[in-house]
Amino acid sequence: MREKMVLYFPESVVEHPLTYSLIKDFNLMVNILKANINPKMEGRIVAEISGDKDDFRAGLDFLHSRGVKTLPLEQEIIWVEERCTHCGACSVICPAGALVMERPAMLVHFDGEKCIICEHCITACPSRAMEVRY
Amino acid sequence: MIKRTYAEINEKIRAGKAVVVTAEEVISMVEERGIEETASHVDVVTTGTFGPMCSSGAFLNLGHPKPRMRMSKIYLNGVEAYAGIAAVDAYLGATQIPETDPANKSYPGHFSYGGGHVIEDLVAGKEVLLDASSYGTDCYPRKSYEKAVTLDDMPYAVLYNTRNAYQNYNVGVNLSERTLYTYMGILKPNLGNANYSTSGQLSPLLNDPCYRTLGLGTKIFLGGGVGYISWFGTQHSPEAPRGENGVPTSPAGTLAVIGDLKQMSRKWLRGVSLLGYGASLMVGLGIPIPILDEEILKYTAVADEDILVPVVDYSQSYPQGLGEVLERVSFAQLRSGRITLGDKTVPTASLSSYAGARQIAGTLKEWIQKGEFFLTEPVFTLPLTNEGVDYKRSVGGELL
Ligand code: SF4
Ligand code: SF4
Repeated sequence: MREKMVLYFPESVVEHPLTYSLIKDFNLMVNILKANINPKMEGRIVAEISGDKDDFRAGLDFLHSRGVKTLPLEQEIIWVEERCTHCGACSVICPAGALVMERPAMLVHFDGEKCIICEHCITACPSRAMEVRY
Repeated sequence: MIKRTYAEINEKIRAGKAVVVTAEEVISMVEERGIEETASHVDVVTTGTFGPMCSSGAFLNLGHPKPRMRMSKIYLNGVEAYAGIAAVDAYLGATQIPETDPANKSYPGHFSYGGGHVIEDLVAGKEVLLDASSYGTDCYPRKSYEKAVTLDDMPYAVLYNTRNAYQNYNVGVNLSERTLYTYMGILKPNLGNANYSTSGQLSPLLNDPCYRTLGLGTKIFLGGGVGYISWFGTQHSPEAPRGENGVPTSPAGTLAVIGDLKQMSRKWLRGVSLLGYGASLMVGLGIPIPILDEEILKYTAVADEDILVPVVDYSQSYPQGLGEVLERVSFAQLRSGRITLGDKTVPTASLSSYAGARQIAGTLKEWIQKGEFFLTEPVFTLPLTNEGVDYKRSVGGELL
């Protein structure tokens, strides 16, 4: 089977070669599409993983056991600009620097590339301008 | 000495000759030209603020169904509106939540929908479900009523907020080890962030700090339409400490405001959900300040650097009512994105929208320039002493 997904690495495992294990121990093909580490040292990898069905399951179980969160890529965080009041309350909540107050315009900017889909902003935004879409 | 009257300013507005600038623009004008020259040139300075303001709500007249009904319980989209006023009148408060909301039973509660959201839906023209019940009387026999209604279906609807536009307000921080969910937003442990809610140099009550032009009947921008100051707000505390520039350094004056809900807009009345705290309403409010003399102009030239805001710990001092202020920081520091507390740099965030405040001041300026909005002279100005607030209703022997 073949699936595109987002992998979230907590700080504790960010330096472990987990993708290498996926390839070597679980016989999976890992095609990294996007990877970044935020200032809090949490990592996010968007990858296409393919291989035998059982290997695929076992590989994911292995990742989960190491504290890695996996989500299907279809899940995205959307900034509903029309609902955003540009208050900036989210800017101190977002751990990835994806929601930033731009000065001197005092307008908030959302950078989806930096978003690690932690979902903290969903309930932190008083105007509910942030949404999860699948 | 420059002297102007309200009538003279309105005459200039009528003739399309009034010079109107925003509370931001006036700062650089004064820097360049000085107080005297700017005062002789400028007639009106406009201000604005757009933030969550509790103590907001609306008086709604729901109209009579047939047969008639004396509604004793009223729900709009599941949110109760207080019905103990008359047969079909109700007051819908911004912070009311549905009885079915689990609130903080699942901490921190989400408070996704409340009175503020109902008000937003109404001004957005959406249908809301009216669910009313009654015990029935000879003159009002009907006992229950359920109908999808819009704001247009209501014969009368008036926004009436008893405390808005707080003159200076606390910066919330958290000295404890756990995250706090407050009306000042999410406060991360160990001084993780500092949250404020004011528009600083654009803020209405910081531009006329001694209320020389603000009082009963002052015409204002309210919720995207026109409103009026209807009284001083609850908790109006004019004797809070002030700097030499007259600007309070603690929460001080407040406004009660009123306006026809039907001419307001969803853009400037927004239901908000404060995680772990509750629901509220974000209100857009702007006040034009007539430059009657140089002193008033000088007040309006207040800049972010001149406004000192108290930093308060919301883990101990605020909830326990200890009244301790950790430090005072300037609004300029707050708006820069970080403040220094002791030896720690703390990121700041706002709950009110500076961009929104700026837009409101700009809109009000445009209305006046176009001759669509005139200034009103207040019947009396807001009390500047506790004597005036003290419910003796008199200032200098005159009954208010
Ligand atoms: S908290 Fe919500 S409304 Fe405020 S700036 Fe962020 S996204 Fe916009
Ligand atoms: S989900 Fe929200 S808070 Fe989390 S990284 Fe993305 S934008 Fe930031």
